[in-house]
Amino acid sequence: MGLVQLHLPALQVIVPMLVAPLVMLMARSPRAAWATATLTSWLTLTITLLLLIRVQAEGVVTYHMGGWLPPVGIEYRVDAVNILVLLVISFISAVVMPFARLSVANEVREDKHCFFYAAFLLANCGLLGITITGDAFNIFVFFEIAALASYSLIATGRERRAVMASYQYLMMGTIGTTFLLIGIGFLYIMTGTLNLVDLSVRLPEVNDTRTVRAALAFIVVGISLKLALFPLHLWLPNAYAFAPSMVTVFLSATATKVAIYVLMRFIFGVFGYELSFNELEMNLLLMPLAMLGILIPSIVAIFHTNIKRMFAYSSVAQVGYIILGISFASTLGLMASVLHLFNHAITKAALFMALGCIAYRLGGVSLVHMTGAGQRMPWTMTAFVIAGLSLIGVPLTAGFVTKWHLILAALDGGLWPIAVFLLGTSVLALLYVWRVVEVAFFRAPLRRIQVREAPLSLLLPTWFLTLACLYFGIETSLPVGLAERAAETLMGGYR
Amino acid sequence: MEWIGFYNYWVVVVLMMVGFYIVIAQGNLIKKIVGLNIFQTSVFIFFISLAKLDGGTAPIYVEGVSDYSNPLPHVLILTAIVVGVALTAVGLALVVRIHELYGTIEEDEIHAQDEAQ
Repeated sequence: MGLVQLHLPALQVIVPMLVAPLVMLMARSPRAAWATATLTSWLTLTITLLLLIRVQAEGVVTYHMGGWLPPVGIEYRVDAVNILVLLVISFISAVVMPFARLSVANEVREDKHCFFYAAFLLANCGLLGITITGDAFNIFVFFEIAALASYSLIATGRERRAVMASYQYLMMGTIGTTFLLIGIGFLYIMTGTLNLVDLSVRLPEVNDTRTVRAALAFIVVGISLKLALFPLHLWLPNAYAFAPSMVTVFLSATATKVAIYVLMRFIFGVFGYELSFNELEMNLLLMPLAMLGILIPSIVAIFHTNIKRMFAYSSVAQVGYIILGISFASTLGLMASVLHLFNHAITKAALFMALGCIAYRLGGVSLVHMTGAGQRMPWTMTAFVIAGLSLIGVPLTAGFVTKWHLILAALDGGLWPIAVFLLGTSVLALLYVWRVVEVAFFRAPLRRIQVREAPLSLLLPTWFLTLACLYFGIETSLPVGLAERAAETLMGGYR
Repeated sequence: MEWIGFYNYWVVVVLMMVGFYIVIAQGNLIKKIVGLNIFQTSVFIFFISLAKLDGGTAPIYVEGVSDYSNPLPHVLILTAIVVGVALTAVGLALVVRIHELYGTIEEDEIHAQDEAQ
């Protein structure tokens, strides 16, 4: 095994972290900053793919930071679960970077580009770090790295409300990560270790104590703030709506997904199925919250005229679907969750990219702007419609595959009313997607100004993701296979 | 009176609630950041006090001493303090930008301006 092969898990995080300050120095040439950031994001994708090959071959790849052995030293650990999340992050960031050049040039002041791309790389590094690390305190630190970078990314939005949205996200995000830190402190009192695997071995002895239960409560609430579980989602709609298009694409596809992954890791891996679901019956808490989280934001979305805000609310609803899958507390449900984590990332990224194209040409994404856009920008709008169908869950799209598995999991658990509920709420998604389609295709353009199709460098990434939605809707073996292995690994805790 | 022995944890709880209350109840954006700092600091104190050992000294090798406080939480909190400083800096920078754009740092006035648009 070569030196690079050996250090892959460390390189995954360190490469974007080291390039970020370099990019920051390229104040003279925004183009060079962009090019370097793009190459770096492609490099991280390459590293992820190499890791995927190693995980397929070896099962679990562990890496000991600085050569210190696990319970004492920091361990990076890649298994069937987090390789999937790593793949989502680095895939999305690799696709979004070609899209970023024109989109960012249009929406962010030119002298700020180097800082913008540096912050993007740091956010990327933070998210990858949360996913790959096997150390509880490391998760907290990387959460803050990713969060600090995304606050500044959101604040670069053109409208002044972007800054306020970023401030609110900072408040709620910090409370979330501080709760996580309290929970980690409780776990450390009881076990004297921060390593996730070691925690899962030592926790069963002290399961009956109030401290461990308080730790579970703090960690679940803290992470729920980060992943925007229904009543704790208030930061999300504004943050997504007022951020630059490229930031919305990146964050909607990755930030909440990573938090969901951490939640899964803690309740299945660290605390274990036994404590989380048999003794404390977490599913009784998560299931109603997830269902309300699907229902209420979907209804709210229908009444919004700012399309970006509308899809931000829809993101809260989609988080609800993923949490619903977790709350079934079965391998099938978990598999559907992991699958939706993957499929929704692609679908939402494609949708927000299409909106980015529209914002580039039409200057805004409210319904008024989009009147008649179907005739002016047929390619963009077709991509939008296909991604929208995937969001609704129409057969032959990626969204259908997850809905199908969710319904199977619900029926398997004997919860047929939830299967009906899932079908019913798809209609809500149909309603809000249809509003846009109706305005864009069946009304004449308001303005006389000739609007052209979006430039190719914006269209190509959008269509790439749109075709991915179709591809993963037809050829399902790759995500389903990965999700199946991930769910089995999670159900087994860390053993 | 066993619970008096844990007074450090009570201090932590009180500080935590005070900080959290300021974050929720105050409308002034800078005061909110102050509250957030108190909230975070209470967690730092919690970590440091759980490292303390009865009769233990600072984790530095000294002749004739056998009990030391646990150094790990100190190290962790050093990192967390750095994170806290960074957060405060970013938060205050955002407040400066908000003041430039809205001319106020009172939450209700900002909302009123947003609604009026």
